[in-house]
Amino acid sequence: MMNNMHVTAKVNGDEVEFLCDPRETLLDVLRDRLNLTGTKEGCGTGDCGACTVTVDDRLVCSCLMLGVEASGKSIGTIEGMAEEDTLHPLQKKFVEHAALQCGICTPGILVAAKNLLEKNPDPNEEQIRYWLAGNLCRCTGYDKIIRAVQDAAKEMREAS
Amino acid sequence: MAEVNLWSGLRQFTDGELVVNVKADTVGKMLDELISIYPNLEPIIEAGVSVAVDGEMVAGADHTPIKPESEIFLLQQFKGG
Amino acid sequence: MAKDELSNNFKYIGTRPNRPDGLDKVTGRAKYGADFNVPNMLHAAVLRSPHAHARIIKIDTSKAEALSGVKAFVTRADFPDGLKGENFYLQENTIAGDRALYDGHAVAAVAATSALAAKDAIKLIEIEYELLPHVTDVDEAMKPDAPVIREGAQDHSVPEGLPPNIVSYMDFGHGDLEVGFSDADLVMEKTYKTEAAHQGYIEPHACVGQLGQDGKGEMWICTQGQWFIRKMCASVLGLEASQLRVTPSEIGGGFGGKTTIFSEALSLALSRKAGGRPVKLVMTRSEVLRATGPTASASMDVKIGMKKNGKMTAASAVFRMQGGAFPGMAPTGMALECAFANYQLPAVHHTGYDVLSNRPKSAAYRAPGSPMAAFAVESLVDELCRELNLDPIDVRLLNGSKEGSKSSFGPTFRRIGLIETLEAAKSHPNLDVELGPNQGRGIASGYWMNHGGETSISMALGEDGTVTLSIGTPDIGGSRASMALMVSETLGIPYEDVRVNVVETGSLGVNEPTHGSRATFATGKAAVEACNGAIKEMCRRAADKWGIDPEAIDWFDGAAHPSGPNAGDFPPMTIKEIGRRMGRTGGPISGHHATTYGGAGESFGTHVVDVEVDPETGRTTILRYLVVQDAGRAIHPSYVEGQFQGGAAQGIGWALNEEYIYGDDGRLQNAGFLDYRVPVASDLPMIDTIIVEVPSDNHPFGVRGVGETGIAPPLPAIANAIADATGKRLRHLPISPPKVLKAIKESS
Repeated sequence: MMNNMHVTAKVNGDEVEFLCDPRETLLDVLRDRLNLTGTKEGCGTGDCGACTVTVDDRLVCSCLMLGVEASGKSIGTIEGMAEEDTLHPLQKKFVEHAALQCGICTPGILVAAKNLLEKNPDPNEEQIRYWLAGNLCRCTGYDKIIRAVQDAAKEMREAS
Repeated sequence: MAEVNLWSGLRQFTDGELVVNVKADTVGKMLDELISIYPNLEPIIEAGVSVAVDGEMVAGADHTPIKPESEIFLLQQFKGG
Repeated sequence: MAKDELSNNFKYIGTRPNRPDGLDKVTGRAKYGADFNVPNMLHAAVLRSPHAHARIIKIDTSKAEALSGVKAFVTRADFPDGLKGENFYLQENTIAGDRALYDGHAVAAVAATSALAAKDAIKLIEIEYELLPHVTDVDEAMKPDAPVIREGAQDHSVPEGLPPNIVSYMDFGHGDLEVGFSDADLVMEKTYKTEAAHQGYIEPHACVGQLGQDGKGEMWICTQGQWFIRKMCASVLGLEASQLRVTPSEIGGGFGGKTTIFSEALSLALSRKAGGRPVKLVMTRSEVLRATGPTASASMDVKIGMKKNGKMTAASAVFRMQGGAFPGMAPTGMALECAFANYQLPAVHHTGYDVLSNRPKSAAYRAPGSPMAAFAVESLVDELCRELNLDPIDVRLLNGSKEGSKSSFGPTFRRIGLIETLEAAKSHPNLDVELGPNQGRGIASGYWMNHGGETSISMALGEDGTVTLSIGTPDIGGSRASMALMVSETLGIPYEDVRVNVVETGSLGVNEPTHGSRATFATGKAAVEACNGAIKEMCRRAADKWGIDPEAIDWFDGAAHPSGPNAGDFPPMTIKEIGRRMGRTGGPISGHHATTYGGAGESFGTHVVDVEVDPETGRTTILRYLVVQDAGRAIHPSYVEGQFQGGAAQGIGWALNEEYIYGDDGRLQNAGFLDYRVPVASDLPMIDTIIVEVPSDNHPFGVRGVGETGIAPPLPAIANAIADATGKRLRHLPISPPKVLKAIKESS
């Protein structure tokens, strides 16, 4: 039974259109309809943050939003974080600080951290930790992640 | 002859012996010898054991050489994660 | 922070370059298990038993078959008969036979043209169950009148007369316990319990399986060990191993939980039934928690005798562990081996039971058995220290295992680093921090023996003199960087000139998984051997060109050099030159090595934690955490620190929050990340680390595996810190707020 809906939206600045079943989540749509597999499903219930994206600049668990709800919205994913061939300072610092081990949580954490630094360019350790509390990491114990965010924030402040 | 130390739970298969003298120059031959001396050890050894040779853990490396003066212990099979 | 001068005389070893797969992972490009799609692909869904123990009377797929898009079903009938032992258990866990053995046990599977159609289809499958009595607690499961999980599964070790759920028994030790305990000034005996925990990797299991009628198949899968997957799927389905090619994707965490198969064979079985169409199977988080491999729960009695000056005179342990409904999965033997490994003991005895219960089939979880054992033993040592008013680090220094001491499990220790970790912990500034009200400090040490195992590797020279290394151990935590560093160091070429590829089962001989903390040790050692083989050939090419004896050539700084003035006056021949001409000078140059390694160096660690316990809520906050562990040699210090910190975080979660909660109905109550509560960023402080290096002489660079030891000390260290803060000793993990509150209120 075909009951797909036609949706248009913007993803990482590009106009997109797709068909999806009304039951598909935005996460399903990104991964399976738009072939953007950088955003991950860790739990499907909004508890792990691996599916973090921005919707009109607001952090959202894409597993908790329906694909049809993206209509007319502007979605930001990990694939849009680097500018052409220049990494975002957060991406660079994550690699330098070894702030990832398996890397599965990394896209969600980067999207969340980028959003934080856009709102607060000089967060303290506690603020970073609470902002990222919705992004589970099982490998690193968060230490190097926090240090990478602090270092990226510093670099971004100095550049501006 | 190498001296092989068995764990106390194996007593029931070795007429009470916990130290067995074995003529062998590799871990694999040592295990085969044990089975030929005490056939009831076979299911345990086939199920898998680790062997410590002079303090080094050997799990599944039957070609590991042993010397007559080597300290040899049979241990529970290794499982890692 | 790590010590500054970690390694000496190395150019590349001990540095911290960017990992080669870093760019892929921070851009979202890296492909994990669920990121792989192929043309004509179907999607699988699995119907799982909602009952802890039930006979399966009837499976009716007729309504589901009518659904549009449904292409294939499988039940146990689609799998071959006649398997025995572990192969049988793997098959039975893949899909239930006559009985469902735990809540979540797979009963049927479907493949359909979309994931939603597959999910809709399984809702329409009708199963008739006959409920059976169930048991989930380990001590309950050992009782004579407990529901029997399976008959006749006891192995030869089990003494006569023990109930059928006790499937394995172990008993080992040395010395005279009676004399030992009578020598002590204080003997304490306590019981400790830990609950089951899940490895908690953020990536659910995912694979795409394809299997034709001709028995040839392919699988893409997130796994720690593609050869294990191949072997297991082949056994379970009656395939020939060489006809199944398994390709590892990037992996989003494993910790032991992805060294085996759970539902993967279902994707192959479905594919075969669907005319060979590829079938994608991705587990939900609920399925992961209910139906993959959590670790065992444990009930442990420990007894230790100590003299007034802290000298330990005797120790004994009785451990009861349940590994789910399948024999051989509870890590009782490993737990007992680790239990007293920290200590020199004149008399010690261990008794252990492996018990069945109506729970999922346990799998390995980071140093399987060691954390539970450490919790019990290191807590009791702490209780003795407090009673005798002794410093816990000094007591460990007094009794600590060292080179030449007899281990608690029998063999004499070679060179080890426990004492060094205790000394480094003792002199760390964290120990000088004054504690405030409701605060406490806890210390514990831990051990893991580490593993070598089957290893096959190849390296090859490119025409431009750069090098490709093909390895069999998936990169879970940055190991590609460590392999590249070891190759760079051996060949004397830049780190950037080495590309490391993790390859599929068709490209190398058998490799054991990335488990047992073996990758940097075994794959690394084999990589060095393979490079040495290539070096020999490269020297021969130079020798040929120069007309001298290959023995008269030294290889260093990436080039062949004549050994001395007598050998000849030739400028060095670089790897780039040799590569460029290799086609004409004898052919492509590569190096290979295959062996089963033993002799992996064990790793000891000591942790120090400061906590604050809120007397109103019972909540424990970690204020300070220090990990000190022996790495032998840190190839890439950042990734060694990462293992220390990651292990500590998992141990903290296990100590404070994580547990499998079963209801009276035998069903898992908390099958999601909301209620299976792992540590989040705001739960933890920065985790301080000290890398101790007591090199192992079984590895060219002295490497000791570090991945696992770090999860053992946190469980007791935190219990000890909470006891220090509150005066209350809690012996049943997790030490969650309600338990702490109850203990605090009980005394007042």
